[in-house]
Amino acid sequence: MTVPTAPPPAEAPGGGPEKIDAETRVELYRTMVLVRAFEEAMLREYHADKGPGFDIGKGLVPGEMHLAAGQEPVAAGVCAHLSTDDAVTATHRPHHFAIAHGIDLRRMTAEIFGRETGLGRGRGGHMHLFDPQTHFSCSGIIAEGYPPALGQAFAFQRRGTDRIAVAVTGEGAANQGAFHESLNLAALWKLPVVFIVEDNDWGISVPRSASTSVPSNAARAAAYDMPGERVEDNAVEAVYAAAGRAVARARAGDGPSLIEVHTLRLWGHFEGDAQGYRKDIEDVPGRDPIPTYERTLREAGLLDDDAVSQLRASAAAHVEDAVTFAKDSPAPDPAEALRYVFAGGTS
Amino acid sequence: MTATAETHRLTTAKAMVDGIAAEMERDPSVFYLGEDVGAYGGIFGSSTGLLDRFGATRVIDTPISETAFIGLAVGAAVEGMRPIVELMFVDFFGVCMDQIYNHMAKISYESGGNVRVPMVLTTAVGGGYSDGAQHSQCLWGTFAHLPGMKVVVPSNPYDAKGLMISAIRDDSPVVYMFHKGVMGLAWMAKNRRAIDEVPDEAYTVPIGKARIARPGAAVTVVTVSLSVHHTLDVAEKLAGEGIDVEVIDLRSLVPLDRDAIVTSVRKTGRLVVVDEDYLSFGLSGEVVASVTDVDPSLLRAPVARVAVPDVPIPYAHSLEYAVLPRHDRIEAAIRDVAAA
Repeated sequence: MTVPTAPPPAEAPGGGPEKIDAETRVELYRTMVLVRAFEEAMLREYHADKGPGFDIGKGLVPGEMHLAAGQEPVAAGVCAHLSTDDAVTATHRPHHFAIAHGIDLRRMTAEIFGRETGLGRGRGGHMHLFDPQTHFSCSGIIAEGYPPALGQAFAFQRRGTDRIAVAVTGEGAANQGAFHESLNLAALWKLPVVFIVEDNDWGISVPRSASTSVPSNAARAAAYDMPGERVEDNAVEAVYAAAGRAVARARAGDGPSLIEVHTLRLWGHFEGDAQGYRKDIEDVPGRDPIPTYERTLREAGLLDDDAVSQLRASAAAHVEDAVTFAKDSPAPDPAEALRYVFAGGTS
Repeated sequence: MTATAETHRLTTAKAMVDGIAAEMERDPSVFYLGEDVGAYGGIFGSSTGLLDRFGATRVIDTPISETAFIGLAVGAAVEGMRPIVELMFVDFFGVCMDQIYNHMAKISYESGGNVRVPMVLTTAVGGGYSDGAQHSQCLWGTFAHLPGMKVVVPSNPYDAKGLMISAIRDDSPVVYMFHKGVMGLAWMAKNRRAIDEVPDEAYTVPIGKARIARPGAAVTVVTVSLSVHHTLDVAEKLAGEGIDVEVIDLRSLVPLDRDAIVTSVRKTGRLVVVDEDYLSFGLSGEVVASVTDVDPSLLRAPVARVAVPDVPIPYAHSLEYAVLPRHDRIEAAIRDVAAA
């Protein structure tokens, strides 16, 4: 594991899941800083050699790139309750959840760079990260990561463990059939799943007001007889508290919960997105959750200049090590393009 | 199978269930889920008796919610279980295809072989009983076209059991397509080959190996599923007239046993393909290309393809029989190719 996580609060003697200690608060901040360091490095590497002009298929990191800057509180707050025995299924914007869940940063970066040392040996790319060690996966098709998460939860339940699955979508995906089918089946079979909706206000260019009939997707949980909770302010500790309740419920065998977090897409839907459609662009930087949380922790006396510098330097070193590893790794052999279609490496 | 092995006469449906039961007995990670697979026993008898034998924790009725429960099977397989999940009619794949071709079929490759998806997707295919355009398709060409899933299509009881056991033991996803017309159902017209002696023991039929259903020297007919039965009927009739037909039952579309096709055509020089799926862009063209890619001069006569002529399967009996590959069309095609 690359990111130390707090023990599940449900297991902490004397404390409810909402209780948050100083160490956990700093850990949440550390996770967010690491994620941001990674996304900034991807931004840099992605755009470094796309020119002249902008050619999406050019460069060391080709293809679409969906970065999660601004959405760190969701991943940090949820994954703080998980161990790598638990499953996480993220979206096409997966890096923050992958990192917060403890994925190997070198192998994830190598996959994004399309290298043989990557998680998928360069066959997957940034929207298709699969890590059996941390039970992490993601999907480029919105809402369609939910059903496989049910299956992971089903397997955990059948084996009599208290392991759980966390399934993430965006608010636009909550209008897909797979979302509703999954909530129904998970509630029906009391599967240990925590459903997370990241409401970043935008389904690519379409505002949620133009896509979604309810003010809160958390309200939709009522239709499936499960708890639904909306966290309004992209605050990591509020996410942490809500997730603590949902995770404890799932581990106890009481079934699924739904949490929607009103978060923030700091950058475009994908890199290269000029965001001409976006009306809130002026005040977006002011809503960045990381400086906000940093202030909170400074005021609480948990962080000072030195601690912040050290955390940032450590995150940067960790990320640059992964980027260097990726760049130094070989590209997959074109002669092996057909390998791994089937198990055992056959085509 | 050894000469001393115990056998019983089983329908294809019962042989399929026999294979599932054998594996459920052997491996606790195997379970069966789908719509009406519990007390009903599967609309086409694909799970009859399994609930009584293995209980509701391993033979699981699902809501009508294919995306959720097929996706659930994918996730359970990723975690090392071996689900068998039934899509009641293949025609329904439209409501859940993302889970099948974007998830079930691609995870192995996307993960660079680090994640396995050992699951079986069973589904009923085929027409011939006036069930109309949304309940009568075969569509195996669609699944075979999309990489990452093996596709097996048994035509008889022996293969139904052996291919099922192979499919369950396979570490890759396998689509197991059973034609309603070969299952030997009490309420549907039966071919006499839909019931046969089947060994009691567990045995495997290798996936990717075609079977010579009838050896012959004059014309090769390559086919699959119910069309194997029709073709064998025709071949027996034509044998009396001196037209010696070799019938190849592919049994598996992915992998496709191209060697068996080429070997037979090398012998006969003449090829007919019979396919109950749509004509264009499908199995029949693939079989022909399997020969011409190797050596077009193996063919001493033009090839004939007997398939559904790119039309939704009609309802009225007269129309449906006009477009399905049935005895009359198969016979005419073989006669033409034999005479050319």
